[in-house]
Amino acid sequence: MTATLPTVADADELLLRVDDLQVEFSTSAGIVRALDGVSFDVRAGETVAILGESGSGKSVTAQAIMALLPQPAGSIVGGEIRYQGFDLASAPTSKVRELCATEIAMIFQDPLSSLNPVFRVGWQIAEVFRRRRGTPKQEAWAKALELLKRVGIPDAETRIRDYPHQFSGGQRQRIMIAMAIALEPKLLIGDEPTTALDVTVQKQVMDLLADLQAETGMGMILISHDLGVVADVADRAAIMYAGRIVETGEIREVYDHPAHPYTQGLLNSIPSNVSIGQRLVPIEGSPPNLLALPSGCAFNPRCPFAVDVCRSVVPPLRQPEGWPAGHLAACHRSEEVLSHD
Amino acid sequence: MTAPPTIAMQTMQRARRARRGVTARITVPLVVIGLFIVGAVVVPMLYDFDPLHTELLFRLQPPGTTLPDGSYAVFGTDQVGQDLFAQMMMGARVSLTVGVSTLLVAGVFGVLLGLLAGHFGGWVDNVLMRVADVQLAFPAILLAILLASVLGPSLWNVIVVISITNWVVFARVTRSQVLSLRTREYVEAARTLGASHAHIIFRTLLPGCVAPILVVATVEFGHVVLLEAALSFLGVGVPLGIPSLGTTINNGTAYLGTAWWISTLPGIALAILVLATGILGDALRDRFDPKLRSA
Amino acid sequence: MTDSSSALLSVEHLKVSYPIRSSILLRKIGEKLAVSDVNFEIGRGETVGLVGESGSGKSTIARTIIGLVPAAGGTVRFEGHDITQLSLRQMKDMRRDMQMVFQDPYASLNPRLTVRDIIAEAWRVHRGIVPREKWTGEAKALMERVGLNPDYSDRYPHQFSGGQRQRIGIARALALRPKLIICDEAVSALDVSVQAQVLNLLEDLQADLGLSYLFISHDLSVIEHLCDRVLVLNKGVVVEEGTAQQLFENPQDPYTRALLAAVPVVRPWLEEKP
Repeated sequence: MTATLPTVADADELLLRVDDLQVEFSTSAGIVRALDGVSFDVRAGETVAILGESGSGKSVTAQAIMALLPQPAGSIVGGEIRYQGFDLASAPTSKVRELCATEIAMIFQDPLSSLNPVFRVGWQIAEVFRRRRGTPKQEAWAKALELLKRVGIPDAETRIRDYPHQFSGGQRQRIMIAMAIALEPKLLIGDEPTTALDVTVQKQVMDLLADLQAETGMGMILISHDLGVVADVADRAAIMYAGRIVETGEIREVYDHPAHPYTQGLLNSIPSNVSIGQRLVPIEGSPPNLLALPSGCAFNPRCPFAVDVCRSVVPPLRQPEGWPAGHLAACHRSEEVLSHD
Repeated sequence: MTAPPTIAMQTMQRARRARRGVTARITVPLVVIGLFIVGAVVVPMLYDFDPLHTELLFRLQPPGTTLPDGSYAVFGTDQVGQDLFAQMMMGARVSLTVGVSTLLVAGVFGVLLGLLAGHFGGWVDNVLMRVADVQLAFPAILLAILLASVLGPSLWNVIVVISITNWVVFARVTRSQVLSLRTREYVEAARTLGASHAHIIFRTLLPGCVAPILVVATVEFGHVVLLEAALSFLGVGVPLGIPSLGTTINNGTAYLGTAWWISTLPGIALAILVLATGILGDALRDRFDPKLRSA
Repeated sequence: MTDSSSALLSVEHLKVSYPIRSSILLRKIGEKLAVSDVNFEIGRGETVGLVGESGSGKSTIARTIIGLVPAAGGTVRFEGHDITQLSLRQMKDMRRDMQMVFQDPYASLNPRLTVRDIIAEAWRVHRGIVPREKWTGEAKALMERVGLNPDYSDRYPHQFSGGQRQRIGIARALALRPKLIICDEAVSALDVSVQAQVLNLLEDLQADLGLSYLFISHDLSVIEHLCDRVLVLNKGVVVEEGTAQQLFENPQDPYTRALLAAVPVVRPWLEEKP
């Protein structure tokens, strides 16, 4: 039936290493430090979920990797983004753009604005092959058809000639995924890919992404504000707050035993995570103002565990004593937070 | 269902807006228009200008001549001996008066109709917009000439005529802004409170329309001034006693070869005034909403 | 819990349709049925949830009840009076008892009014409830009640965060001391941590003021948390109805089951069957 896509990467190969990435935006109100030293790895075959609320910097991270930071306001001011050893942060935009779509692909939140409304979807997918690989027209269309079937568009033979507005939201997202995986990228970045979709469709699209990853062995970065939607698919999670990663580790570890008060607070704020009839325990205060961050740990004004050192010293991302390697938290009092479970 | 706009995105938008702030495109035209206003108000007072006075001995003197009676004709004199500079400033006064008055009349009328059309929709909108369409089908200047010859020459009639030809753009811009605002939730919130139509139109919708109306008004000012000059040039504008830039230009057409300054200098002044308002309007439009287009 | 002899709000056989108009003369050439044959009741102090995906008609029902959209059939009774048949003036009085909180914190507040004016607009429209000289004081009191600093009453909406703006929207809804508040996806556009704060606020207000809520959402977990009774909507029709507990533990309709199965669970490994 549908041809299986060839495996594109050796399992466990290190695909992406982001090291101390710093991004700033220049605004009329001052310089905003959108990312303040973000570091994480992505290996082939694994899915890393980057989670956070507004202003956390999660989308900016993806934009920085793909050289999509809004110009001229945004710029990378420090750190490295090494894709298979090659530093994207210091490379010219043209080189980065070349890598994108061939090796690294991205899917966005709103497929309606990412798909060109005046071209047929078959044409748009075929265009990817024709432009990047010089594939002749007939062959490109055949490949486009194959991809549409792979992503689960029913009646692909007829629908390949349709325009984007003739599809539902979930189907458009699938088409975008088809375009993204067309050239067999090693790394796929999804920036809130299911946020704008209905709940039943969300699950289908997430399952599709998981299937594709299992087949091709590509690495995935999923960015979301919804802790639940990535729980089935992600292997590791990185929680972001005010431009820094405040906790990271295997997703089960992080969700079951949060070592940072923010993660704990988030988990207690989610209605589905709280028993029925029980009151939610929200995090006090408001999201951080990036123009006026508090000194020390950015979370300290809202933190039930805050002590003096939290107000003066920025906590480093470290492994709490006695806990498994790989689970890191940026908190002076992780040990107390963990024992509060 | 979408995630809220990130703070980074919001600060970016603020940055973009601020950088387009008070630039040269706003200050320079404002200064030019300011000079015109000052000149129009002050100069005629200094010169004691009498439009019916003739001094045939001084006629057709080039710019920069010192006249026998001691006065300095910085822009020369016209065919009946009047100082051209004073006459131009009187003309500027007429232009500015007609411009502002027309904007007020056409503006109030047009904005009101636009608000009604946009808010009520349905047949009200249909009727008003078809009237506007019919009117726009007439070339403005022909309509103006027709009305002016029917009504006769007078300053007020000029204002009325030009208002009639220009209200449509205000109505259109207001209506389109209202159409985009009326689906905003804060307008629905006002309806849920039980607000009357008047409340919604004047307190909720109108304040949101001020920015595009301001932009349109600035640009229309230039059009109005030009139209008045054209009508006066053709003889169907302001009456004989009042010197408009248009009538002065007209008077100079017979002497273009010999006393070129009579037509040319008022023409240049007119061009500068219209250009200044046009640039200001553009700059304001960019500042408030780059997606805005005139009707 | 509910006073069953006189429900606060009673919806019977509600039908709402949108006309399809030809573009030139705006003549009606057809009808699109958005809601058909919906029935439910809300008692005093009760929270009823309407849940469904996009296109299910839940927002349409809310807008019809509040009077923004006309009903094509059926009745909506508030304290016994059929409000679908009311004149504009009578409807205005009814507005005092029924108010709405909207979804988008960035579009639901008039950007050109201060917070005080936004809240006081209610009293400007309904004269006689609060005398003019008391407007500022009462507005500040409402701000405090919803957890906002009353000193900020002369600030503009853009100076507040999304969660704070929703609180302003709630304060505005409370200004006329309504008996029923319709929350149309009122927390859907908020960050998770802020959502929790606003949900708690809504619960507290209900306990203090005896409010009834009609809570509309696509988020089942929020509905489960907040609502006493729930109606599940699919394409304008109620497919299942019951108490929150009934629905979530023992869903009958296949659509309800599909919806429940799709809700993202934060720790799915806890529910893995051995």
